[in-house]
Amino acid sequence: MYNSKKIITGIIIFIFIIIAPFLLNIGKADVLPELSLDTPAIDQMADKHCVEAAEFMRAEHPRLLDDWRDQAVREGNTIYISTSGEEYEMSLENSCIKCHSNREQFCDACHTYTAVQPYCWDCHDAAKGAGTAK
Amino acid sequence: MNRRDFIKTITAFGISSAAVYGGLNHIGTQAALMEKNSAAQQAKRWGMVIDVSKFQNAEDIKRVAAACHRYHNVPDIDDPAHEIKWIWQEDFEHTFAELESEYLSETIKQLDFPVLCNHCDNPPCVRVCPTQATFKQEDGIVTMDYHRCIGCRFCMAACPFGARSFNFVDPRPFIDEVNPELATRTIGVVEKCNFCAERLAQGLDPVCVEASHGGIIFGDLEDPASPVRKVLNENFFIRRKVELGTGPGIYYVIKGGKAGA
Repeated sequence: MYNSKKIITGIIIFIFIIIAPFLLNIGKADVLPELSLDTPAIDQMADKHCVEAAEFMRAEHPRLLDDWRDQAVREGNTIYISTSGEEYEMSLENSCIKCHSNREQFCDACHTYTAVQPYCWDCHDAAKGAGTAK
Repeated sequence: MNRRDFIKTITAFGISSAAVYGGLNHIGTQAALMEKNSAAQQAKRWGMVIDVSKFQNAEDIKRVAAACHRYHNVPDIDDPAHEIKWIWQEDFEHTFAELESEYLSETIKQLDFPVLCNHCDNPPCVRVCPTQATFKQEDGIVTMDYHRCIGCRFCMAACPFGARSFNFVDPRPFIDEVNPELATRTIGVVEKCNFCAERLAQGLDPVCVEASHGGIIFGDLEDPASPVRKVLNENFFIRRKVELGTGPGIYYVIKGGKAGA
């Protein structure tokens, strides 16, 4: 093989560059996002619960919000009856954000960790301005 | 594998993959009920009567427009190329161009008219919208799902009333005081009057109706006992550009005017 020294050295350097992110993070614990539920509205609740179970909300809140949007905008249905039978207004402003008023410690914490940039804040929660995750 | 077996295998594979896909698609969703607010105002066909005689002071239309724009987080942009309007003031020539006549009385020609989306029976904006972001509700309200608007502005070209505005710039810096109960819009979407659909859903009247001091009457056009039908029964009325066949839902009653016109 011609130029084998240069080629092999080059390949080794290339491999090192490619796996550098993994090497640099070996042994470091993954810092999971910490969600803060410490807001005035939540603190006042005797029985702290969201519209549905926390596990469901964690996994399915984008779909839930999509359903809410379609129902409220297209069908004019504005009341959501949860599986526990409670009624909520289907509104990001008037239901979600009334409790979760700490966008940076709640919404953004996971969205930044998972590198998703939902465009909710371009229009919603206008009082706090546009999203910071971009 | 013969032909018969091949078709059997393919069919079985197709059915099973459809089942798997359907299953995956529904993992985690819970059965939930969504319904209308029991206080919601409902109608077969919402419509509006505007008593023009109640809008002849310069402040009248401004007051109504300001109330509407404040409530809906409509930005106040001075540049006419970028301005956003849900309800605004127009002169006779631009409101009822087709009624222009050289013998029309000056009092009529000098009237001011509040104009807004006409929530047409046959809305051209809905027909041209490529994403169905603009649609007509069952109660006749022509409204928008801003999430789906791609900003193509076909609807603005289609609307004969100029009732739609495009957000050429980010509207947020132009909103003095945000109404925290409603969202704003973002750059790149079209917006317009929605007959306060979100207020009707709560059982309230539209903001302009409340701010008009009786100058705007709102109700169900298909209900003979509704306030709008009563006014229409008792007065001669005109609508904008009826000849275009869009079936506008805003009726103008001139009534006394400035000098009993």
